[in-house]
Amino acid sequence: MNKVFAYIRASQIWRSIFRHGYPDTPRNRTLAVLSNFFLHLHPVKVRRSGIQLSYTWCMGGVTFFLFLIETITGLLLMFYYRPTAELAYQDILALREHVPLGIMRELHRWSAHLMVISVWLHMYRVFLTGSYKAPREFNWNVGVILLVLTLLLSFTGYLLPWDQLAVWAITVGTNMARATPVLGHEGPGAALVSLGGLDFIHAGDDVRFGLLAGRFVGEGALLRFYVLHCVGIPIGAAVLMAIHFWRVRKDGGISGPL
Amino acid sequence: MGQQIKDAVDWLTSPTLYFLEFTLAIIFILRFRAFFTKKWVIAVFFAVSTAFMVFAFGDTNFNRIITKPDNVPIIILLATVVFFSWLSLRRAYLNDEATKRGEPTQEAALGKQRVFTWPDLVYIELIFMVIFTAVLIIWSIEITAPIEEPAASARTPNPSKAPWYFLGLQELLVYFDPWLAGVVLPSFIVVGLMAIPYIDVNPKGNGYYTFEERKFAISFFWVGFLLFWVSFVILGTFLRGPNWSFFGPFEYWDLHKLEPMVNVDLATYFWTGLLGQARPEQPLIRELPGIILLLGYFAVIPKLLESRLMKSLFEGNRQHIIRYHVMMHLLLWFGLIPIKMLLRWTVSLKYIVGIPEWFFNI
Ligand code: HEM
Repeated sequence: MNKVFAYIRASQIWRSIFRHGYPDTPRNRTLAVLSNFFLHLHPVKVRRSGIQLSYTWCMGGVTFFLFLIETITGLLLMFYYRPTAELAYQDILALREHVPLGIMRELHRWSAHLMVISVWLHMYRVFLTGSYKAPREFNWNVGVILLVLTLLLSFTGYLLPWDQLAVWAITVGTNMARATPVLGHEGPGAALVSLGGLDFIHAGDDVRFGLLAGRFVGEGALLRFYVLHCVGIPIGAAVLMAIHFWRVRKDGGISGPL
Repeated sequence: MGQQIKDAVDWLTSPTLYFLEFTLAIIFILRFRAFFTKKWVIAVFFAVSTAFMVFAFGDTNFNRIITKPDNVPIIILLATVVFFSWLSLRRAYLNDEATKRGEPTQEAALGKQRVFTWPDLVYIELIFMVIFTAVLIIWSIEITAPIEEPAASARTPNPSKAPWYFLGLQELLVYFDPWLAGVVLPSFIVVGLMAIPYIDVNPKGNGYYTFEERKFAISFFWVGFLLFWVSFVILGTFLRGPNWSFFGPFEYWDLHKLEPMVNVDLATYFWTGLLGQARPEQPLIRELPGIILLLGYFAVIPKLLESRLMKSLFEGNRQHIIRYHVMMHLLLWFGLIPIKMLLRWTVSLKYIVGIPEWFFNI
């Protein structure tokens, strides 16, 4: 057996992928991190206090992992789901009945719930350890935007099953936009935006209309939410996560006493 | 006996008491942290909670809300938030004690050592990925994602709830109009969070747990996050039923339960109650008392507290005066929430300023 492994490790294929021996010496451990695309997110050495589980609670890492699960399961769901008012609901039902091992929807939904929780806990931890203080102020801000995007991802996804729960939860949520100051038709100040008795802001052109592509949650809203959920927000979140991780390193790694 | 416990719990969770209990709990826990951070305290807490859940599970009404698939995460949220609050306070307490004795904090002691990412960090990540994958797969097999009847815009379900993570905002709708609860206050939450690193100039407590060195900051976040966010999510999920009326955990969700709504505007109190005359027609004159009160609230309070807070939070350094005013402004907006809640509960106040003609109600 050992011979077989030794043979494989000595082969050109293996050595073209891994440019170091087994990571049990300082040199190879360093190389393992430096020469691996995924691992090189990390520094070679880390503060012992920074990787303590009771310090970080691993919640940033968990959030990222859940984001990856969401990406993979979401991609699989996209093969089966069509975002139109006639088909959406049927497709969701069909997922359970016709797709073998049909737990993709469950995985996607429960992970999404967990991701909201883990991102809150991550923020809580970062606050309690004072890790937003200099030099990490900017990364905290990137984090706040990530928090908003995480909630929006969840919110846009909530509509897609196109059942009663979905449509009415989104109705309750987006009704608020009606009351946006100045820009919503039931918001304070909207009446000021008028010319010669002609109101510019009304139910047919205010922010809520823009969000829903209509006066109520209908087919236009479904398509809009679908595109935002599957393309727009994930791309934004992915870019910001890349910046977030890069900044964690540039700001001196996971925080610790100065 | 069982029924008495249920009645007591229903009574204890009514919105006013619920809020009061949470507030007192936070004050007590932070004040007596030496006691509350002991290991057996959290063990007893979780044991009692589990026992209560087992007891309550047999109740039809309780069972109906708690076993909704989408409510499982709320239980997880509650358990993890309690546990991590305890853990962080414990570490803070131990660190503070060490500092008092002149010893280094746990982070300072460990932080000097550096370890290799491979394997010390990589194996933690691997274990976490395996655990989470396993848990998620089991969870997904056990509990099917819910799907209700197809969308029908003509049939409004009662209650209509926003997704659970926005229930805190929906709860605010009880006290505020949508333009505040749904637009202005959430915007201030985001802006406020982003402003935190630029307002908090206290250099201490960077990279380790502590309470003593950041009393104001930590207490503030506990109140904001635990009381006004997490506890509201729980209230909105489990204790709000049809028509957004309040229901105790053991109460039947009766569609016809009506809560009397006889809320009165400040203007009515002022013109009719105090001066004994009809309310003026002109909205600006009618609402003058409320407007003056609010302007005073935002203009006078920062001035009144300036010298004291500048000293305790910014060491009296005048350079930080803009930070101080931004902070106060955000805090005063935040303060509107408990103030409005208290006024509603005590004197049934509807609006401090109420100009429905312009959708401008506060
Ligand atoms: C999609 C959301 C997010 C992901 C995937 C993410 C991921 C991470 C990871 C993996 C770390 C390394 C340390 C750790 O695990 O705790 C980290 C650190 C950090 N995160 Fe996040 N994060 C997210 C959202 C946030 C939010 C909402 C905030 C704050 C509002 C935030 C602020 C920070 C800061 C300041 C650090 C540096 C902390 C330190 O050095 O101790 N992040 N993040």
